[in-house]
Amino acid sequence: MIAAAAFYVFAAILIVCAAMVVSARNPVHAVLFLILAFFNAAALFLLAGAEFLAMILVIVYVGAVAVLFLFVVMMLDINFTQLREGFQRYAPVGMAVGVVLLIELAGVMGSWKFAPEALNLRFAPNNAALHNTAQLGHLIYTDYVFLFQTSGLVLLVAMIGAIVLTLRDRDPNSAKASRRQNVAAQVARRKEDTLVLVDVEFGAKTQEFFKPLAPVLEKAGHGDHGHDHGHDDHAHGGH
Amino acid sequence: MHAFLAPYIEPYLGAYLTTLIVVGIQALLIVVPVLIFMAYLTYAERKVLGAMQRRVGPNVVGPFGLFQPFADAIKMLTKETVIPAGASKFLFILAPMLTFSLAVIGWAVIPVNDGWSIANINVGVLYLFAVSSLGVYGVIIAGWASNSKYAFLGALRSAAQMVSYEVSMGFIIVTVLLCVGSLNLNDVVLAQKHIWFCIPLFPLMVIYFISVLAETNRSPFDIPEGESEIVAGFFVEYSSMSFALFFLGEYTNMILMSGLTTILFLGGWLPPFGIEPFTWIPGPIWFIAKICFVLFFFLWTRATFPRYRYDQLMRLGWKVFLPFSLVYLVLVAGVLMVMGWLPHVV
Repeated sequence: MIAAAAFYVFAAILIVCAAMVVSARNPVHAVLFLILAFFNAAALFLLAGAEFLAMILVIVYVGAVAVLFLFVVMMLDINFTQLREGFQRYAPVGMAVGVVLLIELAGVMGSWKFAPEALNLRFAPNNAALHNTAQLGHLIYTDYVFLFQTSGLVLLVAMIGAIVLTLRDRDPNSAKASRRQNVAAQVARRKEDTLVLVDVEFGAKTQEFFKPLAPVLEKAGHGDHGHDHGHDDHAHGGH
Repeated sequence: MHAFLAPYIEPYLGAYLTTLIVVGIQALLIVVPVLIFMAYLTYAERKVLGAMQRRVGPNVVGPFGLFQPFADAIKMLTKETVIPAGASKFLFILAPMLTFSLAVIGWAVIPVNDGWSIANINVGVLYLFAVSSLGVYGVIIAGWASNSKYAFLGALRSAAQMVSYEVSMGFIIVTVLLCVGSLNLNDVVLAQKHIWFCIPLFPLMVIYFISVLAETNRSPFDIPEGESEIVAGFFVEYSSMSFALFFLGEYTNMILMSGLTTILFLGGWLPPFGIEPFTWIPGPIWFIAKICFVLFFFLWTRATFPRYRYDQLMRLGWKVFLPFSLVYLVLVAGVLMVMGWLPHVV
């Protein structure tokens, strides 16, 4: 009885949160509702006895994906009124997707409900002797290892794509070029490379003594300026 | 605990209420000592830092300054709570509560002795990992809800930092779990009966400890707070008890993560070597002693190292720790496979 009550509480909160994600005026609030929705979904997994999936849902979606969502939404300068304008146009599409999902879910659940023999058609029936963590491990790394590796490769391609997008090397000397840090070059710098000590006579004009030095990293063949070279500033101070 | 209390109260209250009361008492038995531990951790931090910097530290309130934490608590409680005019009120108040409660709920699965935990769940390690990865929300929400530049900068820094270091922490935990063959924290400790994991997995323990420093926003990774750059970072707008909750949360989190380090690498409640003079001391005392040992390193690093620059921090996380822990994971898996030491092969 308590399990049923808990299910209805979590499910109700989940649905309310999902509705709030779409209808909240403030996008940050929308993402926070999304997080709450993830949480309640995790709780439903727990009630269904799938504790591994519940924890992974929290770790991956709440702990990482939603953080990045929140990060982006907070950083973006979003025009709320402009965002609202398209609502009328996109609502039917969203509804259509939702209805299709609902029908499909009903199909899956219905076949289990009305035809108990459908359970026997499953490729990997439960092994009741093992925890669900162990069950998943045994299936993923044995029968389904190629599918598992393929999904890993898909993720790898996505990752490479993201890295290539951020690391496009335009003209390496332009201000927009990606700046690579060469730690070895920075560590190998010595005092003589960056610093000139000059005895200045009293009353001398400073311009005559402070010749601008070439920036060190440029000399070493890098387009990197002014990240952590406090000394460069002194060397350039004269001109 | 349940078996001990149930005969006395179950006939009067019924099964549900009995369970509720027993769990409530267990929660109190964990939370109250943790809070006292945390109060004296702040005292210890000031004393240790004082000693390392050749000062005295707090010595005025009570004998040796021992009542200092309580004086601080009273001071915090009696100050005025200020909510900035442009702040998002609900989230502004929610953030410190979230930080503190997340730091406390992790204790539900920590085994203090063989089987002594409130919830001995099968996925205890994942639960703790999930709880620690949620800690970032308190920081982000606080930074955003404050409607202040410094707070927001602190929140963004911590979001990037905590997400980055979680990745290598995850791989380290996976390596330990490979050696254990279970996600249950009790089993993790029992698997170390013969040899603590800090010996075969020593490099991982070092990396894990450093990642924990980053995960708890402790120095030298305290750039989300960075007093000298962004004042106090994400909690710059907080005052009084809401500030104190962040403070409590940070220190409780430190103790929790030290507890997890102890369980994963230092053999939890097990006495060293499992031989005579050490086994006379009960397990919980060993557990607390080991937590104190790890916590001392927290304080020691704070007194020793300057703050990391943001790009150095990212570099360390992604380009040093992540490849290293990945390679070590493959190495450990290979060794376990070749030597036939894999636990629970079905």
